[in-house]
Amino acid sequence: MARKLPKKDVVIVGFGWTGAIMANELTDEGLDVIAFERGPWRDAPTEFPPGYMQDELRYRVRHELFLRPDQLTFTFRNNMRQTALPIRSWGAFMPPNGVGGGGVHWNGEMWRFLPSDFVLKTHLTERYGAAFLPADMTIQDWGVTYDELEPHYDRFEYLCGTSGTAGNLRGKIQEGGNPFEGPRSRPYPTPAQPQPFSHTLFGKAARELGYKPFPQPSGNLSQAYTNPLGLRLGPCTYCGFCEWFGCSNYSKASPQTTILPYLIRKPNFTLRDKSEVIRINVDRSGQRATGVTYVDSSGEQWEQQADLVILSAYALFNVQLLLHSQIGQPYDPVTNTGVVGRNYTHQTISSVNGFFDSKKFNFNPFIGSGSIGMCVDEFNGDNFDHGPHGFVGGGYVGQVQTGARPIESTLVPPGTPKWGPEWKKAVRDNYLSTVKPGTGVHGSFYSYRDVYLDLDTTYKDRFGRPLMRITMDLKDNEIKQNKFLTDKFAEIIKAMGAEKLAVQYRTAPYDITTYQTTHLNGGAIMGTDPKTSVLNRYLQSWDVPNLFVMGASAFPQNPGYNPTLTVGALAYWSASAIRNQYLRKPGRLVDA
Amino acid sequence: MPSAFTRALGFAALLSCLATCQVDAGASDPQEFTQIERGRYLSVLSDCGGCHTAPGGKPFAGGRAIETPFGNVISPNVTPDLETGIGAWSDKQFDAAVRRGIGRTGAHLYPAMPYNAYTMMSHDDVLAIRAYLNSLEPVRNTRDTNTLPFPFNIRSVMAVWNALYFRAGDYKPNPAKSAEWNRGKFIVDGPAHCGACHTPKTQLGGDRADQYLEGANLQGWSAPDITNARATGLGNWTTDDIASYLKSGHNRFTAATGPMAEAVELSTSQMTDDDRTAIAIYLKSLPGKEHASGLAPIDAKVMTAGGAIYRDQCSACHGIEGKGVPYLFPSLVDSTMVRAKDPTTVIRMVLRGARSVGTRGEPTAPGMPSYGWQLDDRQVADVLSYVRNSGGSPAATVDPSDVARVRSETTARSD
Repeated sequence: MARKLPKKDVVIVGFGWTGAIMANELTDEGLDVIAFERGPWRDAPTEFPPGYMQDELRYRVRHELFLRPDQLTFTFRNNMRQTALPIRSWGAFMPPNGVGGGGVHWNGEMWRFLPSDFVLKTHLTERYGAAFLPADMTIQDWGVTYDELEPHYDRFEYLCGTSGTAGNLRGKIQEGGNPFEGPRSRPYPTPAQPQPFSHTLFGKAARELGYKPFPQPSGNLSQAYTNPLGLRLGPCTYCGFCEWFGCSNYSKASPQTTILPYLIRKPNFTLRDKSEVIRINVDRSGQRATGVTYVDSSGEQWEQQADLVILSAYALFNVQLLLHSQIGQPYDPVTNTGVVGRNYTHQTISSVNGFFDSKKFNFNPFIGSGSIGMCVDEFNGDNFDHGPHGFVGGGYVGQVQTGARPIESTLVPPGTPKWGPEWKKAVRDNYLSTVKPGTGVHGSFYSYRDVYLDLDTTYKDRFGRPLMRITMDLKDNEIKQNKFLTDKFAEIIKAMGAEKLAVQYRTAPYDITTYQTTHLNGGAIMGTDPKTSVLNRYLQSWDVPNLFVMGASAFPQNPGYNPTLTVGALAYWSASAIRNQYLRKPGRLVDA
Repeated sequence: MPSAFTRALGFAALLSCLATCQVDAGASDPQEFTQIERGRYLSVLSDCGGCHTAPGGKPFAGGRAIETPFGNVISPNVTPDLETGIGAWSDKQFDAAVRRGIGRTGAHLYPAMPYNAYTMMSHDDVLAIRAYLNSLEPVRNTRDTNTLPFPFNIRSVMAVWNALYFRAGDYKPNPAKSAEWNRGKFIVDGPAHCGACHTPKTQLGGDRADQYLEGANLQGWSAPDITNARATGLGNWTTDDIASYLKSGHNRFTAATGPMAEAVELSTSQMTDDDRTAIAIYLKSLPGKEHASGLAPIDAKVMTAGGAIYRDQCSACHGIEGKGVPYLFPSLVDSTMVRAKDPTTVIRMVLRGARSVGTRGEPTAPGMPSYGWQLDDRQVADVLSYVRNSGGSPAATVDPSDVARVRSETTARSD
């Protein structure tokens, strides 16, 4: 039996980017806020200091910052005919754990989605006709538009000090920026990061091929910055240990660097780390959340009551907690009913490595920041005519190499033996003259009727609850999209002067053991119809109006960009609705 | 609903409490806002709460161990609790304790209580502090006994100390100086008792008047020279730099850590802007001493080794040129702390790391990680010798034995 704690105004579940944003916004409103985080407390100078943070084995290979699967994992299968098995070592994605969440180990890429991404179904249907879309594709409009989100994109960018070159200022296309982006109300807070040699060379090659390359918008800052909360960030040092690692010198935007020092000074904020929320409690009507039950590190159960519950864990955990709390109807792909678990998506990633003449090219590839890069956006979203190609979606492509850490950067040209003196020689000869863009092709992943999340029928967690089951595969549409994008990307790498290319397409079946970004989305999506969405346009639960669910679990499908900026913007958008509408008149913000 | 009877009883009890409290608490009047507020501000200037609050304890309830070279002195409870606090003290007794170092029973206080500085406050100042302390909630908290060894555990020994080092008397303004300067000197020498940390002490713990505010070593830290000396003091700081540091704990050069972080948090950040400026004007008027250079030339090998360590370990934050990032990472080339004659603090920072103070004005509170686990004594000495001799005015090299000393002195200390 859980012991009850004194009631709070707001309980926040999960303390990464969105938890920190909501805590700061709602404490500003004068509310008494408590946040729970499953993992440990983390601060930049103490938890990832420069003295040992650059440890590829510890952080990259052994997943130091991530959840241990022993604590909680998922089962996986490619399709409904298979039996799912538990994931025992993370592969395709890295579930975050600890204060700061994914905001600690992320790269810092800060993309806005295209205006058409938010009205995708309507847009594609109008342009190509409904028959152009695959029959089992379940893409939807978001219920919120780019213009509505713009002020919130702006807020998150200024919180982080984002470095970039504007491509569209209030409708006027700007030289050097992304000409396809939606109009922004003001320039980036700091100028784009200067680009190392290989990135600059990619930009030059792309420009000569007729594209309009631009620097990737970055949460690794080009210069010192003071954010609106008075917090100071320093310039990135291009150490090359960014994604998978925490930043110790205050130059990567994270909850630690942009919110926490300000938030923890507030007397109406409390954070409990090492406290795992296992259930959102609802009253007998099933329409009102009463708070949460959590387990501390001694195994003791506690009940924290609150008037308002903010679910702000990682996308998969949000969905899992809704399923375990029996909030919202679980999705059933057979009958095509229910919503929780529906429209689960990932990112369609591939890359092309380029091997250059080592006598002519020295890229010093170890110089990098987490979101360094020159990109082109000609093939993203619906920036090009899909008619002749027979697929929808797209992505940006770019030389986004973030460093060349020793364990992972032993690239050799195709045809080299896999071991022995020849392999060693090839590693030595190629290290400085290889372009390895990592996730250079960053494609969309649209939603399908039989790609979803539900509760496993066999495997249980340490509390005896069913594990959540992932059913996911790559569909022809995404494979065609990836082939098209990867080939375009390869042309640019070739034009840079590469002698040999190693082209890696993304192919089916979806591989749960190979890293493909941690951009998991959907399962608790936002929308305009409670029959096809878990949340309304303000991220408010249709079923339980005093529950708001943050994060990429709200994405109806995933565009060809990194998700974090949109995740943050949606949190500000939702916070604004809570502050300006919900608190004045608690209840449904949208009539069902 | 409580009955009318119990309510009446409660009311009567409250009245009687008020009456007794008032009598025992030296008869100050809770209605006297002006006096209480003045006392509250004087207690900020005096940083009473710093020593009279145990870590995690109730404010002013005492119990904090104050480390002195002679042993630990445990601060008493100064809330108006009748038995364990100062509720039963008369005003006269309180004044004698604060300004003359005489306890309620007539025994001498240890100068860990800076009565030699507080003596500059007026009788009215002290009564105002008393009135403020009386307005606090009484907290019952009995303190542990002091842990001073013989002969310091004999309080009458302090009579000798007083004869040597204590000069009683209110602050006498210097008519030749501005009102601001006089206000600054009053705060620095009186309530704020800056010399307690920043003026070196004799073997007996008395101030060395010839080295007034020129920096001292205590509690495992070296407090810097805060005179206007260019090489080691505040010579390159403007009065605004000093005022900003006192207000937010940060300025364009550096940040407050260690004991000064606490002083900023509890005292200087809560002072008025005028008072911070007055302190700055006064400190800038102190010439201090420019130490003759005459340093032994530095071994090129030390500079090479130190420079390599610096690039690897330090330059990510402090920059290749050591200029740091204003308000975030201290500028090492501009830091006089880095060049202090006594390198204890800078060695400690490298070995243990440090967290700068977070304030309303500068909430970031950036931290420096510890390198003590990673660099040996020779490496720490080399990198510091390099930093002390790169840019800015040169300073003596750091010897590995200095590092070994600080390492051993700080091993068992909390940060």
